[in-house]
Amino acid sequence: MKSGANAMPADKIRSKAAIIPTLYEQSVRGRRGIDLPDADVPEAPMPAEELNLDCDLPELSQLDVVRHFLALSQRNFGIDTGFYPLGSCTMKYNPKVNEQIARLAGFAETHPLQDPESVQGNLELMFSLQQWLAEIGGFAGVSLQPAAGAHGEFTGLLMMRAYHRDRGELERTRILIPDSAHGTNPASTTMAGFTAVELPSDARGNIDLDAVRAACDRTVAGIMMTNPNTLGLFEEHIGEVVRLVHDCGGLVYGDGANLNALAGIARPGDLGFDVMHFNLHKTFATPHGGGGPGAGPVGVSAKLADFLPGPVIDIARGENGAARYLPAEPTKSIGRVSTFGGNFGMFVRAYAYIRRHGGAGLRANSEHAVLNANYLRIKLRDTFRVPFDRMNMHEFVCQGAVESTGIRALDISKRLLDYGFHPPTNYFPLIVPEALMIEPTETESKPTLDAFVAAMQAIAAETQSDPGLVKGAPYSTPVRRLDEVRAARAVVLADRAKAAAG
Amino acid sequence: MTYVPHTEAERAEMLAAIGVDRIGALFGDVPEQVRFPKLKLPPACSEIEIEREMQALAGRNLGTDPSASFLGAGAYHHYRPATVDYVLQRGEFYTAYTPYQPEVSQGVLQALFEYQSMMCRLTALEVSNASHYDGATALAEAVLLALNVGQGKRSKILLSPAVHPQYRAVVKTYLRGIPAVVAGDEDGGAGLDRLKSQLDQSTAALVVQSPNFFGQFEALEGLSALVHAAGALLIVVTDPIALGRFRPPGAYGADVAVADGQCLGIPPSFGGPHLGIFATRMAHVRRLSGHLVGETVDLEGRRGYVLTLATREQHIRRARATSNICTNSTACALAATAYLATMGKAGLRQVAELCFHKSHYAAAAIARLDGFLVNPQAPQRPFFKEFVVRLPRPATEVSRRLREEFGIIGGYDLGPDYPHLQQHMLIAVTELHTRAAIDRLVAALEQIAK
Repeated sequence: MKSGANAMPADKIRSKAAIIPTLYEQSVRGRRGIDLPDADVPEAPMPAEELNLDCDLPELSQLDVVRHFLALSQRNFGIDTGFYPLGSCTMKYNPKVNEQIARLAGFAETHPLQDPESVQGNLELMFSLQQWLAEIGGFAGVSLQPAAGAHGEFTGLLMMRAYHRDRGELERTRILIPDSAHGTNPASTTMAGFTAVELPSDARGNIDLDAVRAACDRTVAGIMMTNPNTLGLFEEHIGEVVRLVHDCGGLVYGDGANLNALAGIARPGDLGFDVMHFNLHKTFATPHGGGGPGAGPVGVSAKLADFLPGPVIDIARGENGAARYLPAEPTKSIGRVSTFGGNFGMFVRAYAYIRRHGGAGLRANSEHAVLNANYLRIKLRDTFRVPFDRMNMHEFVCQGAVESTGIRALDISKRLLDYGFHPPTNYFPLIVPEALMIEPTETESKPTLDAFVAAMQAIAAETQSDPGLVKGAPYSTPVRRLDEVRAARAVVLADRAKAAAG
Repeated sequence: MTYVPHTEAERAEMLAAIGVDRIGALFGDVPEQVRFPKLKLPPACSEIEIEREMQALAGRNLGTDPSASFLGAGAYHHYRPATVDYVLQRGEFYTAYTPYQPEVSQGVLQALFEYQSMMCRLTALEVSNASHYDGATALAEAVLLALNVGQGKRSKILLSPAVHPQYRAVVKTYLRGIPAVVAGDEDGGAGLDRLKSQLDQSTAALVVQSPNFFGQFEALEGLSALVHAAGALLIVVTDPIALGRFRPPGAYGADVAVADGQCLGIPPSFGGPHLGIFATRMAHVRRLSGHLVGETVDLEGRRGYVLTLATREQHIRRARATSNICTNSTACALAATAYLATMGKAGLRQVAELCFHKSHYAAAAIARLDGFLVNPQAPQRPFFKEFVVRLPRPATEVSRRLREEFGIIGGYDLGPDYPHLQQHMLIAVTELHTRAAIDRLVAALEQIAK
């Protein structure tokens, strides 16, 4: 995908070998990808009634396997491929040294059920990370256990529920959620047994303060706030929102998805948040992995610290003053939310990332993330309408619809692929029609941003000169627009080819 | 340092374009009294220094030689072919987001489609999602699916006490907010018959693990008929390595199979990230949680893949979604796909057989030692790669001495989870253990018993 690829008919510029056969289609009976040693012990009789007849896995040579996955990787776009301004996802550079470090045998080969005495390095790392996240977020306690942001939300909501029940306030069953929130917020709310109550936004893109005031009563368990919100705007009345919710006995949950605007700028705990999840795969640059794994540690204020999922890592001092790290169960813990201690491999990367940056480095990251996002807004706002056009934080939302041409945000996004850029987030937040949510992150340079602006402007010109061109995009990708309706109707979710046929 | 590329000149130019004189002026909306806190963090360090620091931390851990560790209990040391990490290190894969733009995500989408295909074949079920966080959260989501199928009329979940204790704990946490009861695991020593007797019209699902937490195959024959007669779902937790040679959950009539896929090419990594495997019958596909990749065609008729049936998911359905899951464990699913492609049918079968034979060799040798008993609770039931040993001394003492005197990481102490199994240890043996390594363990146990 070269920048400015022209609109040559697809079949002229694409390889004829556009389809990569599946592993099952490539399977040939009797091929082996690896050998294993023969048994060096006597064979034990196997229980006949438990044996399977066949295990239907494909049979390939090792080179087949390598070529297959290499070819697949070449039809995938990552941060390492190019600019990836996917709003709310913080697609920043994933440092390579962290990948190397996470693979050290001393981390990767250790077993989660080893005696604490034999894994003091791991436990110290986890303890330090807990401390640092608490410091960055302004919280009294942290549990590293949740495996993702949504998992952290669910964990936080269960803690809020346990807190109210502990105080005998069983009537608190409602969670207030602004209409600009991520879909995970209401979904997590339902899973935790609460009712989600949607609140509108005001004309400046903030949560509507009057609506918050009207909703606050004894049935409110809390509010879920994303700050800056999904429009990329710092909530101008955050202090008042927090006060209103606290005054009615509710708790304030922070969706930490947008912490890359705030790390080193302001601490959510100082703003009055009671609980927040951190997305280590956003703010702290652990890789997104094509959709995971991430890590979603939760930080809490003092009143929720006893409810954290356990175990958390504690420190004890021996007689000689030497530190010893050990797992500990919070007294009113909601219990486990995943096996073992969470996604440790991500903790290693996040630890290294925070150590590399220090407090000043984290602040510089947020500052430049916000600088880049405002720069893009200024450069693009005359081309694409920005509905809430004020100083934004790490991301902003513009509209991808072009009147009288029928061009939609989706078309702009698909055409961007031909220019070598990953599109912004489409159609979110829901309160902005034809939303394009743009988050450049701090690791992108001015020349990259300028090239993106040029591409957006070129596409805007194309929508006037040749709207059909834009509506038909992309042309330069391994496949063109895919039939999503057919996928949902025909529902083919597994390969029909039989392994090793013939 | 940071990875910010801006030069002073670029920064000035950008600030001028925005119309502010300094970067701090971008934060006028942040209340002044909390703005720019001084964070108490260690000072920044260079790449050389961080490598040094991390190597020192890693160096303070033992247990880095898999052949000298006999811990399993839900996380395992298996051989990982070099092809797996080769695939994982492709930046196009691991630095990508969830494939919402399919035209530039065909790589991961096809890999996930192949993963789903393999999981269906391995479990003998019809549909697999694109992964959960780990085996325990996959089980919790399976239980939520069963409650959903039960439509509020069925609220009881029967959990076998021989399901991994941490999996049971996670299920109970997941059910905290909703009207459901967990029964069946009150008595840690209870068998399958006790569980069957608790089946009734209020039961949404019965959950068993096979090979179970103690390594033994459960007697699954006929169980699904009983469970289905009661109108409930049968959920089976399994070990994907075992499926290389042993009958899959689908063959026993299971409605849902879940597993942790860490054993498929993913390092133990002190507990995560691992891989939650979740497969079920097509009848439940619209109640399934998590991403699903489906096959389709592009507008030129070329085969391609997309995320599909997304109306189940949180970004569309919000408060009425089947689950809140968004980020999952895709890179681990990719690892499992590369692992299974490399191993193939014959390779996985061989791994399963090596685990079986080597663990039986170890069990027989330990059973011959004075004061040791193997699988005392159910000596006749076949086992796969783990077995229970009754020790002549407390498990904590045996573990400590194995580590300190012999450099061996012993098995899992069953006492804390199962009060009736004080002084019992769960030992795992895989294809990575040579006969010599097993003999060293046996000799060490003999020494310790003296």
